[in-house]
Amino acid sequence: MEPTSHAFIANARAELGNPTLQRALGLARTGFPARRRQAIDRLPEFEDLREEGRGIKDHTLAHLDYYLELYERNVSAAGGRVHWARDAAEARAIVLEICRAAGAKIVTKGKSMVAEEIALNDHLEANGITPVETDLGEYIIQLRHEPPSHIIAPAIHLMKEQVADTFRAAHRELPPARQLDDPRELCDEARTILRPQFLAADVGITGANFLVAETGSSIIVTNEGNGDLTQTLPPVHVVIASLEKVVPTLEDAATLLRLLARSATGQEFSSYTTVSTGPRRPGDLDGPAQYHVVLLDNGRTDLLGGEFQDMLRCLRCSACLNHCPVYAAVGGHAYGWVYPGPMGAVLTPALVGLHEAGHLPNASTFCGRCESVCPVKIPLPKMMRHWREREFARQLSPAVYRTGMRLWAALATRPELYHALTAITGRVLGWAGKARGRFRSLPLAAGWTSVRDMPAPEGRTFQALWAERQRAPGGRRR
Amino acid sequence: MPEPARIALLVTCLVDLFRPAIGFAAVKLLEEAGCTVEVPRAQTCCGQPAYNSGDRDDAKAVARRVIDTFAGYDYVVAPSGSCAGMVKVHYPELFADEPEMRARAEELASRTHELVSFLVDIRGMTQTDAHWQRSVTYHDSCSGLRELGINTQPRLLLGSVAGLEFRELPDAEVCCGFGGTFCVKYPEISDKMVADKALDIAATGAEAVLAGDLGCLLNIAGKLSRLGLPVEVRHIAEVLAGMTGAAPPIGAPKA
Repeated sequence: MEPTSHAFIANARAELGNPTLQRALGLARTGFPARRRQAIDRLPEFEDLREEGRGIKDHTLAHLDYYLELYERNVSAAGGRVHWARDAAEARAIVLEICRAAGAKIVTKGKSMVAEEIALNDHLEANGITPVETDLGEYIIQLRHEPPSHIIAPAIHLMKEQVADTFRAAHRELPPARQLDDPRELCDEARTILRPQFLAADVGITGANFLVAETGSSIIVTNEGNGDLTQTLPPVHVVIASLEKVVPTLEDAATLLRLLARSATGQEFSSYTTVSTGPRRPGDLDGPAQYHVVLLDNGRTDLLGGEFQDMLRCLRCSACLNHCPVYAAVGGHAYGWVYPGPMGAVLTPALVGLHEAGHLPNASTFCGRCESVCPVKIPLPKMMRHWREREFARQLSPAVYRTGMRLWAALATRPELYHALTAITGRVLGWAGKARGRFRSLPLAAGWTSVRDMPAPEGRTFQALWAERQRAPGGRRR
Repeated sequence: MPEPARIALLVTCLVDLFRPAIGFAAVKLLEEAGCTVEVPRAQTCCGQPAYNSGDRDDAKAVARRVIDTFAGYDYVVAPSGSCAGMVKVHYPELFADEPEMRARAEELASRTHELVSFLVDIRGMTQTDAHWQRSVTYHDSCSGLRELGINTQPRLLLGSVAGLEFRELPDAEVCCGFGGTFCVKYPEISDKMVADKALDIAATGAEAVLAGDLGCLLNIAGKLSRLGLPVEVRHIAEVLAGMTGAAPPIGAPKA
């Protein structure tokens, strides 16, 4: 999808003015953090587990070449095949080629953010192949031709009434008078529609939560079981994953799975955790005849060894989104691309360019809640600050802003001048604001006073009063 | 009481300009805790605005001055978790590539504290003599809470204020939307955040809201008054020092 991250401010304004979205976000804002908190309170060693998780990912990233090659060898040994894709275009071409070779007309898909990143559905459709999303949320937004607004709950921006409307518009073969008020009814309807698609699919595409080097396995977690049907029923299974998903051992994957579910949904474990190793073997009851893995780089190896390497630890759990007050205010679509929230604010500039996505790392108060809940302790605010530093150094930030900052710094390093100016400013504002104690508008402060009052200063600065108090004979109190 | 200590008050630029009453309340509390307080005249600001704007060079220039200005004191204390966090957590990071400055930054960081946590954790204060007849709620400012781990200390001391009835604020740990330059660069998003905060505060029914950072307090007070919600807004130090008579509530006219 074409990013609209440059229009973040306009996007955000539209979302802030969308009452349905605000209602949906209001529900998510409290639900996710409360469930995570409960899950973590039940696991006293969670903090140790975070440390362990970070260690596993750091170790893997430090030896990424080794583990990726080991992974490829073990995928091949199990009868599968690894395809390396430098960028989105290569990944799309590889997937299309596999689908064409299989004579595919219908492709079922499990939820995959990497597939979103490379805009796979559009590419398949443009080439005469019908992709069918099988994750309920993804299915809903596919029907609505919308991008996901959240990395694990793609339709979280919708209320159930909107989903019912979408289903009525799309499923015209069903009786128009049917009941669709209850989430259960919506779920059942999606299931009814999707079941024949699972059986008709020629290729099943899934993402991966982890790739296990020692066994050549891919692991997915779902709560709907759709991933299992997607990858076991069609004759061809394609796993599409970015290369930092690799971990050394199954044991490591198990540790990270314990972190993932609790951080994401507050579950101890997702309902389905599925390990796939190669195609169907003689004697297997089911499984695909072909097993492919498309390993996507798309700029990630450029982050290795630099100030953004820590971002490659990300498990895509969404805890940072779920605890972000900015995400809670504007939702995922405002971010203008595939990855929203704090993780998106760090990752998006790396993947689509700082020029396009410069707003995202700026639109943060650095409240630090994201870092405090990240299961692998990614220093998200610090990396957002690194983007701001690059922006400042490349003079991408507005000139007025940069000049203002320079002037302020010049003043802040000249104390006597600084104190003289603040003393005057305090006096003037204190006098002007004396009657009401606050300003409803103030020259040069529209950004502040457009939405809230500006409390008036007391009048004298602390430094002035302190100097006076020090001079006063005997009297130290003001 | 621990040994007498010589303290430099890091006033903070906002307290200096907007609300000296907080500075004087801090001085009183520190003196009650057995400290002598000095206010270095050469201080201005900690440099956080430049640092968070990606202007690393200017942030360093300001930080160098702060490190010089506050050399030699037993402790440096700020009535702000944000400014104390800047010195304590970010100065060493800022000079990561300059070993000599980094060592000086770390030395300063080790002596620097936010006011309320300093009183409780370093000076062993467990109660105050203050009296304030109000129902009160409290917002945990982000830097103090997550960078410095300040959470129980303000509640402990507020619990000792005679007449004060404490009411927990739901989502007290969620940002108020100030965020330094964020609030003027993204006013509409900031507005949503601070409006939610103001409504949460009003919903507690408390007569007053306190916090440990003037940035957040200006934001919260400004939104409460814009929404016409009559909640008294003050820095926690004013209440703990028993100095609520020194200045009207933040954003309120002089009586």
